[in-house]
Amino acid sequence: MLFTLNGKITEVSAPSMKRLLDVLREDCGLTGTKEGCGEGECGACTVLVDGLPINSCLVPFGQVQNADVKTIEGLIGHTDLQKAFVSECGAQCGICTPGMILMAAPLVERAQAEGRIPALAEVQETLAGNLCRCTGYVAIYRAIQTACGAKSEQASVISGENG
Amino acid sequence: MKTALGNLDFADATTLSEALTLLASEPDRVPLAGCTDVYVGLNFGHIEKKRFVNIWSLSELRGISENADFLRIGALTTYTEMIESPIIAKFLPMMRDCARLIGGCQVQNRGTVGGNIANGSPAGDTLPILAVAEAMIIAQSLSGTRKIPFLSFYAGYRKTVLLPGELIVAIEIPKPPGAQWFRKVGTRAANAISKVVIAGLRGETVRLAFGSVGPTVIRARRTEAVLSSGGTIAQARDALAHDIHPIDDLRSTSRYRMQVAENLLSAFWDSTTPNQS
Ligand SMILES: Cc1cc2nc3c(=O)[nH]c(=O)nc-3n(C[C@@H](O)[C@@H](O)[C@H](O)COP(=O)(O)OP(=O)(O)OC[C@H]3O[C@@H](n4cnc5c(N)ncnc54)[C@H](O)[C@@H]3O)c2cc1C
Ligand code: FES
Ligand code: FES
Repeated sequence: MLFTLNGKITEVSAPSMKRLLDVLREDCGLTGTKEGCGEGECGACTVLVDGLPINSCLVPFGQVQNADVKTIEGLIGHTDLQKAFVSECGAQCGICTPGMILMAAPLVERAQAEGRIPALAEVQETLAGNLCRCTGYVAIYRAIQTACGAKSEQASVISGENG
Repeated sequence: MKTALGNLDFADATTLSEALTLLASEPDRVPLAGCTDVYVGLNFGHIEKKRFVNIWSLSELRGISENADFLRIGALTTYTEMIESPIIAKFLPMMRDCARLIGGCQVQNRGTVGGNIANGSPAGDTLPILAVAEAMIIAQSLSGTRKIPFLSFYAGYRKTVLLPGELIVAIEIPKPPGAQWFRKVGTRAANAISKVVIAGLRGETVRLAFGSVGPTVIRARRTEAVLSSGGTIAQARDALAHDIHPIDDLRSTSRYRMQVAENLLSAFWDSTTPNQS
């Protein structure tokens, strides 16, 4: 079956009912996409299909025929965000991190273009489908706000009024 | 136990007529829309069916449109599409409010209104809205199309009146008269299975529907009658006890659900009362 994977037209033969998550990890060798819950709750398996984030644990491989799939391995040019996750300790065990970054990347891109720092509520809404059992979230929110230009000590206290 | 997914049979349909032809000869095939219910079921081994038909790419089942009297929402319309639709924002804002509270963005990008209806969970959040809006379900099979009033679409707990070989193609909604109101109470905003859901419509008359408080969605007819004929909210709260009979389950007790339902009723009334200070 043909689909576009991280910008390259790719042919993979795998059963159509196999979860996209497993095809990516087992058949394509891309293990950046993680499995947390297998029931759509945690967002660790987030990938972009035709530009939209989805949970790859809930998508049959057959449904991405001819689609454009992007995983964390294919995300390039978000070094600000990736650096901020490191400097602000936005990752601990790392299972949730690829999903968090894929969800946050478009928000950061938009905010940087508009020269603003997204409010906490906006960051939280963007990450509503992503769970983290390590960081307590604060460090993740701080990393995202920092990537948009907030000073580390200001970030995560930036709430509705200032955003 | 996790189902061995690789052995399941996946048939791809690319047009509505292809899907209907296949379903006519193989009505045991389970339609796959956004898969946000089906794959949760498969991942947990709750689904015994072995054969599936992919309907995700049927463009005939997509899109939101309106005419003078009705909105039409294609069965495959996702929550994200409803959140972004100017037609929904204008004529059915309670649906937008509802869609925003379903899962996170990832589920909103894939979950469909047709799937929510066909899945038929009493906790399906769109169902109270369709009940107060008195929607019509447009169902189609190889033998033709029929319109089913939403209020007679469920025959019991998770049981619909869809016939073998039939797909939901769209929902037709008469433009609702009056102020719209939607709330759900759950444990967590994004991913919670609702404990109580309410949709209300307040115009010349009042319409109210509750989810998660019975085997299917329930229109609160006695409560509606009290409020439509000028009764007080206290009388309406009393009437509600005759309309709904929530049960105890893993998630909440019956008493808790009843109390929440009454409080939601009062909140609906307050926030749709015009000229409050
Ligand atoms: C993390 C998470 C959070 C969720 N939160 C909520 C929530 O807050 N509120 C809520 O109500 N739901 C919630 N859901 C469930 C919600 O996503 C689904 O009910 C969704 O709307 C189903 O649509 P789908 O396209 O994914 O259906 P699918 O899973 O593809 O299908 C569901 C059922 O409907 C049938 N079907 C689908 N389309 C048709 C059709 N056109 N004609 C006939 N049969 C059809 C399928 O065969 C299947 O039996 C959540 C799910 C997840 C994973
Ligand atoms: S593994 Fe897919 S959402 Fe948790
Ligand atoms: S860093 Fe461990 S789950 Fe988020």
